[in-house]
Amino acid sequence: MFIQQLVNGLALGMVYALIAVGFSLVFGILRLVNFSHAAIFAFGAHVALFFIGLEVGPIPAILISMVLTGGVGILIDKVALAPLRKKKSIPIAGLITTIGVSYILQNILTIVFGSGRVHFPAIIPPGGFDFLGTRITSMQILMFGVSLTLMLLLTYLVNHTKMGLAMRAMQQNPKAARLMGINVNSVIMFTFFLAGATASIAGGLISGFYQMAYPAMGVSFGPKVFSATVLGGIGSMPGAFVGGILIGVIEVMAAMFLGSAYRDGAAFVVLILVLILRPQGLFGRKLALKV
Amino acid sequence: MLKVSNLHAYYDNVHALKGIDLEVRAGEIVSLIGSNGAGKSTTLLAIAGLLSPSEGKVTFDGEDITKLPAHGLVKKGLSLTLEGREVFEALTVEENLMLGAYTKQDKKAIAASFERVYGLFPRLKERVKQQAGTLSGGEQQMLAMGRALMSEPKLLLLDEPSLGLAPNLVEQMFDLIVDINKQGTTVLLIEQNANMALAISDRAYVMETGKVALSGNAKELMDDSRVKKAYLGHP
Repeated sequence: MFIQQLVNGLALGMVYALIAVGFSLVFGILRLVNFSHAAIFAFGAHVALFFIGLEVGPIPAILISMVLTGGVGILIDKVALAPLRKKKSIPIAGLITTIGVSYILQNILTIVFGSGRVHFPAIIPPGGFDFLGTRITSMQILMFGVSLTLMLLLTYLVNHTKMGLAMRAMQQNPKAARLMGINVNSVIMFTFFLAGATASIAGGLISGFYQMAYPAMGVSFGPKVFSATVLGGIGSMPGAFVGGILIGVIEVMAAMFLGSAYRDGAAFVVLILVLILRPQGLFGRKLALKV
Repeated sequence: MLKVSNLHAYYDNVHALKGIDLEVRAGEIVSLIGSNGAGKSTTLLAIAGLLSPSEGKVTFDGEDITKLPAHGLVKKGLSLTLEGREVFEALTVEENLMLGAYTKQDKKAIAASFERVYGLFPRLKERVKQQAGTLSGGEQQMLAMGRALMSEPKLLLLDEPSLGLAPNLVEQMFDLIVDINKQGTTVLLIEQNANMALAISDRAYVMETGKVALSGNAKELMDDSRVKKAYLGHP
């Protein structure tokens, strides 16, 4: 039973990690806590749902959604956030704006899809296998595999490509990065695209797993993902990875050992403990907030 | 090569530059000296496009670069180090230098730039894999200069390269600037250490409260009684 819950937690946690990475990337580049990230995740799930409705098949629908949602990420930045940067607004202005943006996105989804839960078809045919008394479904393997692969790709991109080097340079010293000839706006656009695209894939996976989508799903999953990011150390990719998995596992363990009412609360107890004992998170560097 | 005319700029609502005129010709070392707060660094920020001038014009190789965003400068052949070095602390020495060559595509040319920089600063070569933040102040200054050279600039702007360095290192730093200049890079040097700056410069500008107070041949300025009294610390 414990192993079974561990498997469930790992599959779920890996998707949380994927969402957390996008959140963390944007924070790293802009020192911006992008609260609209979870709404983008919900948006991505619904765009996929829309294209599934057009009968393109679930996986192509998720891929289309990935591109479109990445574009929406860029659009949000261009319309709502870039002007604030240009005016050198106080940091809290950006944060509040992202909260506003998340409600706007949720409203758009409600207008188009209604506020209730809608059926999201299975992405892959049901199946799986039993291993030492533990049931591992093919959907869980897909969630784990896709999220892990994307995270490894992102890690490679950040650590071994020229764009990644530019992202890391900006993360540390935007002024010096500009003097190197790095076009800061392109890097920001690229980062928002990556964040939107990965959140949308996560949206498709989570919706496919629970076989439903609803406009407020960002509100349900957002706090967990933000916790995962902070738990791991905001701005750190390995941190997002470990934080996501921990939150996923803690969630299912709490549900099993303490009862399902504790499911959503347990992760936050851990988060608060970590913040008291290690404020920078598990993998975070103590970074001075240059804002 | 670089021509600044009637440059005005505000810094934190203070009228920090009140009509700066200066020129740097190909092959020269020109220094901009003056006391703290005279507007030296502000001049550099305005030239670099990190601060928008309210009035005036900056041309580089005959091209108006006044409105050019900071990231466009490197491609034109203008590279600078900022006061306080501003290296990427969590990145390695090698990554810092790679970023200096960010606008370059040609791998062979980048490799040649690495060789040039390691030739000038052998210490950096010993520390390639080390995080820049763990380097000493002098090494960080070398890294900042090496990074600026990685783009093979025609004009190098240096802001206070001797700041915070031990006296023996200061001398070494000025020798290096002469070496860099001999390799064909024109240098605009901003320095509080007026003695050393004038000693290696062809020409110099003396700034006072946002204006150019004096300018001319560096050797002549060294003998100028006003400069001696105000900046060189002897009558």
